[in-house]
Amino acid sequence: MSCDENVDCGRRRLLLATATAGGVAGVATAVPFVASMMPSERAKAAGAPVEVDVSKLAPGQMMTVEWRGKPVWIINRTPEMLAALKTIDDQMADPKSDKPMQPDYCKNETRSIKPEILVAVGICTHLGCSPTEKFKTGAESGVDPNWPGGFLCPCHGSTFDLAGRVYKSKPAPDNLEIPPHMYLGDAKIVIGEDKKA
Amino acid sequence: MSKVNALLQDTLDWVDARFPLTANWKAHLSEYYAPKNFNFWYFFGSLAILVLVIQIVTGIFLVMHFKPDASLNASGVPVAFASVEYIMRDVPWGWLIRYMHSTGASAFFIVVYMHMFRGLIYGSYRKPRELIWIFGMMIFLCLMAEAFFGYLLPWGQMSYWGAQVIVNLFSAIPFIGPDLSLWLRGDFVVGDSTLNRFFSFHVIAVPLVLLGLVAAHIIALHEVGSNNPDGVEIKKKKDANGIPLDGIPFHPYYSVKDIVGVVVFLMVFSVIVFFMPEFGGYFLEYNNFFPADPLVTPPHIAPVWYFTPYYSILRAVTYPLFGLDAKFWGVVAMGASTVIIAFLPWLDRSPVKSIRYRGPLFKGFLVAFLISFFILGYLGMLGPTPGRTLVSQICSVIYFAFFLLMPIYTSLDKCQPEPDRVTK
Repeated sequence: MSCDENVDCGRRRLLLATATAGGVAGVATAVPFVASMMPSERAKAAGAPVEVDVSKLAPGQMMTVEWRGKPVWIINRTPEMLAALKTIDDQMADPKSDKPMQPDYCKNETRSIKPEILVAVGICTHLGCSPTEKFKTGAESGVDPNWPGGFLCPCHGSTFDLAGRVYKSKPAPDNLEIPPHMYLGDAKIVIGEDKKA
Repeated sequence: MSKVNALLQDTLDWVDARFPLTANWKAHLSEYYAPKNFNFWYFFGSLAILVLVIQIVTGIFLVMHFKPDASLNASGVPVAFASVEYIMRDVPWGWLIRYMHSTGASAFFIVVYMHMFRGLIYGSYRKPRELIWIFGMMIFLCLMAEAFFGYLLPWGQMSYWGAQVIVNLFSAIPFIGPDLSLWLRGDFVVGDSTLNRFFSFHVIAVPLVLLGLVAAHIIALHEVGSNNPDGVEIKKKKDANGIPLDGIPFHPYYSVKDIVGVVVFLMVFSVIVFFMPEFGGYFLEYNNFFPADPLVTPPHIAPVWYFTPYYSILRAVTYPLFGLDAKFWGVVAMGASTVIIAFLPWLDRSPVKSIRYRGPLFKGFLVAFLISFFILGYLGMLGPTPGRTLVSQICSVIYFAFFLLMPIYTSLDKCQPEPDRVTK
């Protein structure tokens, strides 16, 4: 600090120190207000795991359950559906699921624990719309003449295959999220919790 | 009679000794000299104030009956949605107040877009009015925030999924994005906490900022004086009393002129409120008559018309860049498309302000910009197809070219000389 004859340096230091302390106090006061906007304890509790019975889910069928207020899809894929997955690897943005959009135990070709059962969060990774199912193949689907079945997001046109992998050059950047889940017995799935917990 | 006058004069003197009432009246109305050549385009500033008043007054009365509550009532309908239906059906004249508010939202954007277009063609953003323009752009951003927060409140399907899409825009920001959108929502999905905080923003936080900005906008305007359709400074030619030769007092000349605009505006406004409040699904979207359902996205999500040009720009970006997702760049492009307007005062290098004396380059770019803006707005209401995406990509490029190339084409342009004084 440069001190010329008209400046009382002691007072100026006091002013600076007071202003700094006041500023720190001001920022500290903002903390509770900003923090109050994070999810409350009640909202966190509502995010508890859910149990689903998939014994009645026939091959080729899909069911939707709610977990943390989001739709979670459970799809029982037919062998034809699974076979089609391998043929479209070159159209996928992330065919090998390299991005961490799934737990490690689902980082495989079918993005699932059991090959036929897919559990995925039905929220488009672009802006959070819920894609619609387009299981019909070919021109009948209204998506593309070579459509092998999958999902189309109505909001911005992103498409996903039956493993929740996103097609290239679409607004959505990532594959659909696979939530943590585990099997209790043969046909009971717990969504939101896995063996580690 | 003279005793009454004396008493009134004494009262005014008493007030003036304590508060600058007469001085403010003179500075802002009776001795604020505005150019004498204002035309049609100069109605929209005062109309914007009128719509602001309509929105505040109707809003105050709507809050008396609305309940920002996403929980389900005994009939299984969300309380917020049901309270809007209650206003429409059971509150005396509630339908009118609500339709005034919903129509007012669209009217606000029509009026403000016209007001901004006026500034664009007559160069009202040029020196010394840069701060007026920046305050105006901040008002525009506040208005968009206000419209967005307000749109969630009826808790219909479009409210819900529109908010879901926009809040998720923030999750595209690298590193902090997901936590930021969690913080904005206050829950893992758009829910009751989101509805409550949007209500708080809509009725308190944003309106307070908006009013402050409107005051700043007008104070800055009255400091430097109004521009006019010729884009010449009337303060350069003053009479012996220091009054601009081409200036006339705002009151009574423009206060009376603006009343004509108010009457015409209210006629159109009333026709819409009484006979077509949904305006074919553009002012009130049909899907919003369904209560919000977190598990079902409507087959076609479109924002309200005033957001569609920017929404198209968002969707037009489909290529990742520098290792960041297309989603992130879409958000950047959408943000840039609104913020870039604020930089006009420094992008424009033309020697003249008004379109009357501009050359063909500026006019050509302006027409291309307007056409692309309208096409983007139209495409934003439709679902995406590869062809439409390509058109919106071309229009987005034109949109940005209008601004980014402006320093070049405005300095090359062949302008006509400005007159010394206003022409009509």
